[in-house]
Parts: sequence; C-alpha cells; structure tokens
Amino acid sequence: MATRHSAEYRDRHLVQELSSRIRRLSRRPLRIMEVCGTHTVSIFRHGIRSLLPETITLLSGPGCPVCVTDTAEIDAAIELARRPGVVIATFGDLLRVPGSRSSLERERAAGCEVRIVYSALDAVALARQTPGREVVFLGIGFETTAPTVAAAVLAARQAGLGNFSVLCLHKTVPPALAALTAAGDLRIDAFLLPGHVSVVIGRRAYLPFFERTRLPCAIAGFEPVDILQAVAALVAQAETERPQVENVYRRAVAEEGNPAAQRVLAAVFEPADARWRGIGVIPASGLEIREAYAAFDASRRFPLELAPAPEPRGCSCGEILTARKTPPECPLYGIRCTPSDPVGPCMVSSEGTCAAYFRYHDASAGG
Amino acid sequence: MCLAIPSRIVEIKDRMAVIDVDGVRRECSLLLLEDAAVGDWVIVHAGFAISRIDEEAARETLSLLREAAALAGGAPGGEPPAGE
Ligand code: SF4
Repeated sequence: MATRHSAEYRDRHLVQELSSRIRRLSRRPLRIMEVCGTHTVSIFRHGIRSLLPETITLLSGPGCPVCVTDTAEIDAAIELARRPGVVIATFGDLLRVPGSRSSLERERAAGCEVRIVYSALDAVALARQTPGREVVFLGIGFETTAPTVAAAVLAARQAGLGNFSVLCLHKTVPPALAALTAAGDLRIDAFLLPGHVSVVIGRRAYLPFFERTRLPCAIAGFEPVDILQAVAALVAQAETERPQVENVYRRAVAEEGNPAAQRVLAAVFEPADARWRGIGVIPASGLEIREAYAAFDASRRFPLELAPAPEPRGCSCGEILTARKTPPECPLYGIRCTPSDPVGPCMVSSEGTCAAYFRYHDASAGG
Repeated sequence: MCLAIPSRIVEIKDRMAVIDVDGVRRECSLLLLEDAAVGDWVIVHAGFAISRIDEEAARETLSLLREAAALAGGAPGGEPPAGE
C-alpha cells in the first residue's frame, strides 16, 4: 500500500513518460551501478529494467549491508554469542548469514542467547532489563544505520549502563565507490547513489569522490519515478558529457545531509579500514568506536581474533557484489542455494541481489 | 533495511514520536532529527526518524515531471499539470 509521498511517485503516466524520455535521450551504452539494497529490490519489484532501452545496463553493487559483512565478522559475532553470560542483540536479517562454520541462527538453536531487535535502542533497553548479562549489539549497516547505533551508545552512557556494548561492523559508502571505480576490470559508467545514506551524509559528501572520477552520479529515492528520473538524469549527463552529482531526491536529501545525525555519528565513531565480503579491505571504509567510548566497544571488552575466513564453498557472492557475475551465473543459484536454504549472504538478506533476482526475476524482463 | 515509505508524526513525547505508517501506529526516536513537529512526514530507519520530507521540494519535483509529461503529449497523471 502506498501513501502520500510514495503513491505520486508510482504514477503510471509519469513512469511511461520518463521511460520514453530515456529512450529518446540514450545513444551510447551506459553501465549504471546502484549501491543500495533497497534500490536493488525496488528495481526488481517494479520491473525497472524492462522500461529501459538496451543501451542501459543496471548493475547491482555492494549495497546490501548484510551481504558485505565479512565471513570473519560473522565468525566473531558467533564467538561472542558462545561466551557465557553474553546476549547478542541484532537486526533480524543477520541471523541466517553463514559464517565459516555456523550462523547465529544455528547458535541460537544450540542454546546461545540471540535476540532480534528492531532498533539499537531496544538493545539498550534489554541491557537495562538484564543487569546480570552482557548485551552485545551487532552494529552493521552504512551511514544510515550508524548514527542510530551511535545514539544508542550515547543513551547507554547517559543511563550509566556497564553491560551494553557494540560490535562495530559499520561501513561507509563513498570509500567503496572509489574502490569500485579503481578496480580495472569493472566498467562502471555512472552511479545511482543510495537515497537514505545520502539523507544522512548529504550531496556534498560525494564531491571529493566525484572530483577524482568525474563519473555521472545521481542520488535517487526508491519509487519507480524516483529511479527513472535518476536514470534519465544520468543519461543526460553522459550524453552531454557534463557529469555532476545530481540530487533527484530533493524532498528527502539536503545538500549538507542531516547535521544532527552526522554529529552523533562523529562523536562515537571514527573512520577505520574495513574488510568487505567479496571485495577485501578498503581503506577508511569502516567505522570504529572512539577511545572515549571504549567501554561500549565489544571488540575491546572481549578481545577477538578476526582471522580472514573464506566465503562459503562455491558461493560467488564476491563476484555478485561487484557485478562481475549475475546470480544465474553462480553454479549454486536456484539449485543448492535458494531463499529457504541459502548458501551465501546475497541469498539470505531480502535485499541481497541473489534473493531479489530469485523472487522477482520472472516479472522483470532482461534481468 | 530502509523503510522507503515516509510516515507521518502524530504525537511527540520526550524525543519519541508516534508515527502512522500506512494506518499502523509505531514509535520512533527523534534523537537524530532536530525540530520535528506533529504533522511532519519523516523517513524512519531502524527506529529513528532520519529525515523530514521537504514538502516544497516534493511539490516542485512533481509539477516539473507532470509538466514534462504534458509537453510530451502523455496524459497527465492524477492532477492537471501545474500552470506556473
Ligand atoms: S546464488 Fe547463493 S551461492 Fe551463489 S552467489 Fe548467490 S548467495 Fe552465493
């Protein structure tokens, strides 16, 4: 069901008009990468590819926060879950993601305490209610989620809680864009920039990346009209050879982003190198908890070895996340790997490319 | 993880808001959004309001799109194209 501010952006006439505008404008081949799981799902759900001319290829990049969580990071969460007295609090979609030998779901079935929460503040409330237990919240997600986790850390400090900590696995988008464009074999001509990451960081945050690459960029919302409007903008930029960082999601994204969220994020976290599943270490693409909040940092309180771990056997998630392969090119896709029995994270998360492809492929021509 | 559809704030108490998501009432924190008010449309992520919908920008975008659609000869959607 759509409401105001979403129904208008599903208007069929506008969708058709934008689709024909793109067909009129587009001459040269354009490979556009989206780096947002919600975009990936929306593109499949609304059959966006079938509305685009053959010149345009939409590539799904590493935009699903669960999918880019490294196997070793899942292993660390599992090791924490096994410690006596520890309660893991996490967003639900992390539960079934495979580590190198187990998953949080399996650990829970084996008796570990793993609680699903809707918000990081729920984990703080859980810590307050269970003073004898150590509540460890798994902090995953991009700049959209990181401020909510930072706010929870501030709330825990204010409440004087000694039994709440965060395993900080957050990642940030602009450094990943730079790493993707630096990979020589990946031809990306333009970026569809994530809507809600941009809500927090603002259009301005992409400018240093843009100045280096001069690739067409457009910040897009999630409705069909939003996505097509962004594609039309990217096509126009490419055809006229006037690239820019265009904000076509102006109703939600401000030039400077959300200053309150940025302040909270920067108070608690600082940039750090991070390992992305399937990509490897990207400099300064992650966040770690500042020294001042060390008491709330699970990796300081419970020292863990983060040994690099291989991806599940046969899983091509690494190539999927960097658009080097499409899901049907993975030998396990649909055979050994399905949403009800997933092998890799891209099939686990509803925002994963393999899961979206599996669920919507028949409805979306051209995949 | 993103709830793509905006919700409307119906009540505010202690930096917590009650929001209406398509007829369903939920709570969200206002710790990350300055100056939120009852009646605002907000984007909520993982239990926090993270952005307020700029109504003027929304209207502008739509009227430009509808104008373009009308010029292209397509039947205008919902409302007539804005005439300014
Ligand atoms: S289909 Fe399954 S095994 Fe293959 S890449 Fe996707 S998630 Fe991994």
